[in-house]
Amino acid sequence: MTEILDILKENARVSVEDIAKMVQKTPAEVAQRIKEYEQAGTIRGYRTLVNEEHLPGERVTAVIEVKVQPEREGGFDRIARRISKFPNVVNMYLMSGKYDLLLFVEGATLREVAAFVSERLATLDGVLSTGTHFMLKNYKQNGTLMDVDKTDERLQVSP
Amino acid sequence: MSTRSQVAAHVKALPFSGIRKFFDIVASRKDVISLGVGEPDFDTPWTVREAAMWSLERGATHYTSNRGDPALRQAIARYVSAHFGATYDWQTEILVTVGVSEAIDVALRTVINPGDEVIYHEPCFVSYRPSIILAGGVPVMVETRREDQFRLTRAMLEQVVTPKTRALLLNFPCNPTGTVLSRDDVRDIAAFCMEHDLLLLTDEIYAELTYDHPHVSFVSVPGMKERTIFMHGMSKAWAMTGFRIGYACAPPEVSENMMKLHQYAIMSAPTTGQKAAAEALEHGAEAVADMVAHYNRRRHFLIASFEEMGVSCHTPAGAFYAFPYIGDLGISSEDFAMRFLEEHNVAVVPGDAFGRSGEGFLRCAYATSLDNLREAMARMAVFVNSLR
Repeated sequence: MTEILDILKENARVSVEDIAKMVQKTPAEVAQRIKEYEQAGTIRGYRTLVNEEHLPGERVTAVIEVKVQPEREGGFDRIARRISKFPNVVNMYLMSGKYDLLLFVEGATLREVAAFVSERLATLDGVLSTGTHFMLKNYKQNGTLMDVDKTDERLQVSP
Repeated sequence: MSTRSQVAAHVKALPFSGIRKFFDIVASRKDVISLGVGEPDFDTPWTVREAAMWSLERGATHYTSNRGDPALRQAIARYVSAHFGATYDWQTEILVTVGVSEAIDVALRTVINPGDEVIYHEPCFVSYRPSIILAGGVPVMVETRREDQFRLTRAMLEQVVTPKTRALLLNFPCNPTGTVLSRDDVRDIAAFCMEHDLLLLTDEIYAELTYDHPHVSFVSVPGMKERTIFMHGMSKAWAMTGFRIGYACAPPEVSENMMKLHQYAIMSAPTTGQKAAAEALEHGAEAVADMVAHYNRRRHFLIASFEEMGVSCHTPAGAFYAFPYIGDLGISSEDFAMRFLEEHNVAVVPGDAFGRSGEGFLRCAYATSLDNLREAMARMAVFVNSLR
């Protein structure tokens, strides 16, 4: 039963008591199940979805396409793991198509991200080429619309 | 100025919906948490809205045929056949209407002769009784009861049937009680209709919103399709209330004559809505399933919350309403709703808005966010305690 995960994926701050009511279990059972998910690594963390545009200062996000040389043993994994450890890399995927790795890289300034690409990433053994795209606006993240506020258009009482 | 009334006497005699008065009071207040809304809080699935926009771009802004857009009627025929166990001919047996509300009105006016009795059940949706009266029929009310989980049984019907009875007008899953009929209930009521040679008008608008066992349609019972006007629509399960699209499936002669009334009063249902409805029927299953999962969680939450505060509530197996009993708190439904609104700023609908037998109950719609439900339930617990 993954219903607890469905609820938490939508809102990680729902209390154990509320989840228990929704899935018809006791709070202790729900807490135990969540603990099991955490221990198994199924649940890998709880983060807050922040609209960065509301914060002072600038954050720069770039999407970087990387072509790499796969290795005889291990394929893409060794080089991918190495790249993924840089703290600037916030999301990273192996892709099919014209390039191999897709990186989401964050930095405080354009210069910082550019420096990461030219000094750290492009110089790695096995990296064949990079293509960097700077992000201009965030419309939707993890299923949440980031630039519209929801209003309830309904009548307050209806039959 | 003439002293003659400008309004016909039989219309003047019709009461306003009980919900309307309450609506005006709620609307005058700010920041109300409302459990009084009888429609989904979800927006219409995006692909459906997108299909509506595309139809506008393409210039589909004209009348459709009176019966409704052929593509939509074919989609309805496929959908009803797949989910309700009856096959209808899209050309002669399906009429697209402006919501189920129009379907009910047209259906009654098509089949009722003056003085015919129509049996319906209370508590029920606000339009049934007035629609029967406006069609020239005599409404015969059966009270469903808390001790039966508001189910309608054959025995109740046997008590009120007369030689003048022409039809039954039913709504399961039921607004406001959330009651769903079992397969046996459906079979028994169907047998009752056949034995007494009655027509059945069945409003199954909440059919997709059942939680404990799947909906059983009256038209799935052999022999019933021939004497049934099956009414359904897009409003609830697909969250499309504002599109105003419903439909009626009926035997060809009935359907054809319903079409006459529809043609003279309406012409055709809104074209944009019809295009959107076709998309929803063909590709909306996943969105519906997702909404149903959310409603079900909220339903469990509400039931558990009532239990916690010691308010008795039968488990509503369908729709998105809970119908808790507050008759043992020494306060009427209306007073409870008014004071709860004034003292705690939460709107619930007094049960008697759905008929006298709704007295002692409240309709609490869980078509609202968990945050709203949690806060409303916390406030209700405080209010209920203050009454004890």
